[in-house]
Amino acid sequence: MPKDTGIGAPMKRREDIRFLTGKGRYTADINLRGQAYAAFARSEVAHGKINAIDTRAASEMPGVLCVMTGEDFAAMGGNPAGWLINSRDGTPMREPKRPVLAHGKVRHVGDAYAVVVAETVEQARDAVAAIEADITELPAIVDMKAALADSGNRVHDEIPDNLCFDWGWIEDNRAAVEEAFAKAPHVTTLELVNNRLVPNAMEPRASLADYNPGTEDYTLYTTSQNPHLHRLLIAAFVMGIPEHKLTVIAPDVGGGFGSKIYHYGEEAAVLAAAKALKRPVKWVADRTESFLSDAHGRDHVTKIQLACEKDGTFLALRTETLANVGAYLSNFATATPTFLHGTLMAGPYKTPLVYVNVKAVFTNTAPVDAYRGAGRPEATFSIERIVDKAADELGIDKLEIRRKNLIGADQYPYTTPVGLVYDTGNYAATLDKMVELADVAGFEKRAAESKARGKLRGIGYSTWIEACGIAPSNLVGVLGSRVGLFDAATVRVNATGNLSVMTGAHSHGQGHETVFAQVVAEKLGIPESSIEIVHGDTSKIPFGMGSYGSRSLAVAGSAMVKAVDKIIAKGKKIAAHMLEAAEDDITFENGKFQVAGTDKAKTFGEIAFSAYVPHNYPLETLEPGLEESAFYDPGNFTYPAGAYACEVEVDPDTGRVEILSFTAADDFGNVMNPLIVQGQVHGGVGQGIGQALLENTTYDENGQLLSGSFMDYAMPRADDVPFYTVDHSCNTPCTHNPLGVKGCGEAGAIGSPPAVVNAVVDALRRGGHTGISHIDMPVSPSRVWQAMQA
Amino acid sequence: MTKVTMTVNGKTVSGEVEGRTLLSGFLREGLGLTGTHIGCDTSQCGACTVHVNGRAVKSCTVFALDVAGAEVKTIEGMANADGSLSVLQQAFQDCHGLQCGFCTPGMVMASAALLADNPTPSEAEVRHGLEGNLCRCTGYHNIVKAVLQASGQDITAIPA
Ligand code: FES
Ligand code: FES
Repeated sequence: MPKDTGIGAPMKRREDIRFLTGKGRYTADINLRGQAYAAFARSEVAHGKINAIDTRAASEMPGVLCVMTGEDFAAMGGNPAGWLINSRDGTPMREPKRPVLAHGKVRHVGDAYAVVVAETVEQARDAVAAIEADITELPAIVDMKAALADSGNRVHDEIPDNLCFDWGWIEDNRAAVEEAFAKAPHVTTLELVNNRLVPNAMEPRASLADYNPGTEDYTLYTTSQNPHLHRLLIAAFVMGIPEHKLTVIAPDVGGGFGSKIYHYGEEAAVLAAAKALKRPVKWVADRTESFLSDAHGRDHVTKIQLACEKDGTFLALRTETLANVGAYLSNFATATPTFLHGTLMAGPYKTPLVYVNVKAVFTNTAPVDAYRGAGRPEATFSIERIVDKAADELGIDKLEIRRKNLIGADQYPYTTPVGLVYDTGNYAATLDKMVELADVAGFEKRAAESKARGKLRGIGYSTWIEACGIAPSNLVGVLGSRVGLFDAATVRVNATGNLSVMTGAHSHGQGHETVFAQVVAEKLGIPESSIEIVHGDTSKIPFGMGSYGSRSLAVAGSAMVKAVDKIIAKGKKIAAHMLEAAEDDITFENGKFQVAGTDKAKTFGEIAFSAYVPHNYPLETLEPGLEESAFYDPGNFTYPAGAYACEVEVDPDTGRVEILSFTAADDFGNVMNPLIVQGQVHGGVGQGIGQALLENTTYDENGQLLSGSFMDYAMPRADDVPFYTVDHSCNTPCTHNPLGVKGCGEAGAIGSPPAVVNAVVDALRRGGHTGISHIDMPVSPSRVWQAMQA
Repeated sequence: MTKVTMTVNGKTVSGEVEGRTLLSGFLREGLGLTGTHIGCDTSQCGACTVHVNGRAVKSCTVFALDVAGAEVKTIEGMANADGSLSVLQQAFQDCHGLQCGFCTPGMVMASAALLADNPTPSEAEVRHGLEGNLCRCTGYHNIVKAVLQASGQDITAIPA
């Protein structure tokens, strides 16, 4: 029988009640008395010199309260990149200032250069239309290769070849890798594109700023995955106000997928306007603004090569990647194509030698940053595609080539040639599980049946690994991170034994309010219903780094467990006093402090009450109260891994791909709530299928965004995807965090795109199109059809 | 400004609106019913779905004045009279058919209308029926499962 409460129970989510009854409270739902509304003037050209911005007519429009332009913010600090990358020659990356609003130049379509605040949204928008911007259009830099050619056309005038950095990982491996390639019996080469995506959380970004002139306190309600990080960036880096004068509240947030990690200029602009007007100022993006100004994801162009023996044993791997960072460096833009990508290029394999080169390129497009998976989907896609291509070239079965090269279950801890130490795993076990669940044995029969109907059936696999809970802080600091990557929790036991747990993690769909309560309930032997999880408000929660990179449970959850352990330790001291026993003799189990070997005991509630009404209490040696905080800095990354299979049918007449089944066998370490873990995998796989088959962000040669709405950008819909088969029974608990958890939020989006594309290529090759070795994503009907005609 | 009167969740309500005020805006800003969400500006996402005279309508596609006198139902009116979750809402919770909750009101309203038209839909009919509602979180798996459960069909054979 599965448990129905505590760790491992498939508990229904408590947050669902408010969302299902229309009682969620998202930023756009919040109104403050007297609020005014902001609207932004955005560039219509991709690249232009701002000669003058005439705001006089706009200022005189009805209801307009103020108009500010980039010049008004020029004295403020830049929105910084969170990670310093050094180029191969040791020089630091080029880091142009990212202003609150553009001045001097506009650098992408949608780049905001002015803000209007008015009594109503409509008035603000009408006044934006009345701003007269004199902008000389410059040639747009869209293509990365052309950008690097340095024609004198520059996104940032001070950066000659539009190159942010030229990074090698690991530079010391380079010579050995080249030598291995020179001697290799077989080399497979593949050039591929990892398509640019728009995150499209269903809730558009929004901000509501308030300023109290009496106290000089600012409050910002905003769509954030990490309110403390937002506060730090806005206060310390951009606006230069003390952090204690700014409260950032991220209430219910309608999905993030990375796009709401970052600080955007609109947030500082509404704060400044609120101060200037002494009124709350609200801005809610419409979807068009989201498409134009949210940080996009992926956008890599890669050449990858795999050297192997004739029997398929991998000898060496090397890649050259151009990574688009867009017009400005978003906060994690430099970490994503480097330390979240290059360090993963060994994948789950024993490849002894790996070298990765990444050039990050500025273009006149929206900034590109971490999007669900962040660097790891790009790494996984490159690896899993070339593994399939090598298998085809060598005539080896796709499962066999993987089995031959997977790191063995007895090889942990395993040090990869790209600087990571995998602590634990069992990749063959998830592979076997996937083979069983996907009924690989029955595939040929199903393929014959498809063929009889005139369809081409294919099956594709991916065996993937990722690194989550990026850490430890001192190591990432050496590698260039400008932030710590710990997290924090405070556990406050109230006088009658119920609890408030304040966490640095932020839930925007992940169900922390349910899962974190399950963990604490299990540890303390009390019901979930007496535990409240508090998140999202910097005035309530300890300084934690928020939620992204599948880190919440592994990092913030570990901090929470540490704080609970401190509560138990203090409870034992109180119990020892009350029960007149030695502290060492007190045990704690099922919510009871007991003198070992006796029936003398106090309940958790009795201990809590005594801590707050300390009449019978060791006040001389122990402080009253029962509240503990803990910070947790992980000793290593966690390494979730898994094996995926996708089965497709291709219509040879139209090139249309239908996904018939998708199977995911994952190792996430210990699972706290299987219902939620399954949901995370479903969502990730859905996004991965979107990337593989549907989604594409296209700028034309003038830098105009062609796919700027849901009419032009194909989001996966309910009838594009099948039911997924998801399994997480092959678990190897993480060895270095107290819950043994690895993280599950991004897995689906990382492992699925190559499985889908491998399946399509398999279907076409089985159908006689043996000249096809690759199709770029999205694998649309027209691309498939064209490939078949070649 | 023009006065508009309609029935929302069983109560007669009225308010002053501009000609260009959308039903979604009237519900959210005029009536404070913020369960109806705005996820796009091209009538593509379905987050704003409500019922007008029993039919699912994207409330961002109609002007408030155009539904004068109509019966409107929003997510706030979907629970049972005693405040407990309706069968459909309960199925969404049971099946973990929501994550961030932003698409959820629209999904529930669209699903309720779908089930009213077709009380025992097939999986394909559910997927087709919800095609106008975007969800970025769930991959749709548990939403489809929830609608099938709410229709009274056996969902035990559907994979996890
Ligand atoms: S807000 Fe109405 S369809 Fe998107
Ligand atoms: S639950 Fe987040 S968009 Fe559907």
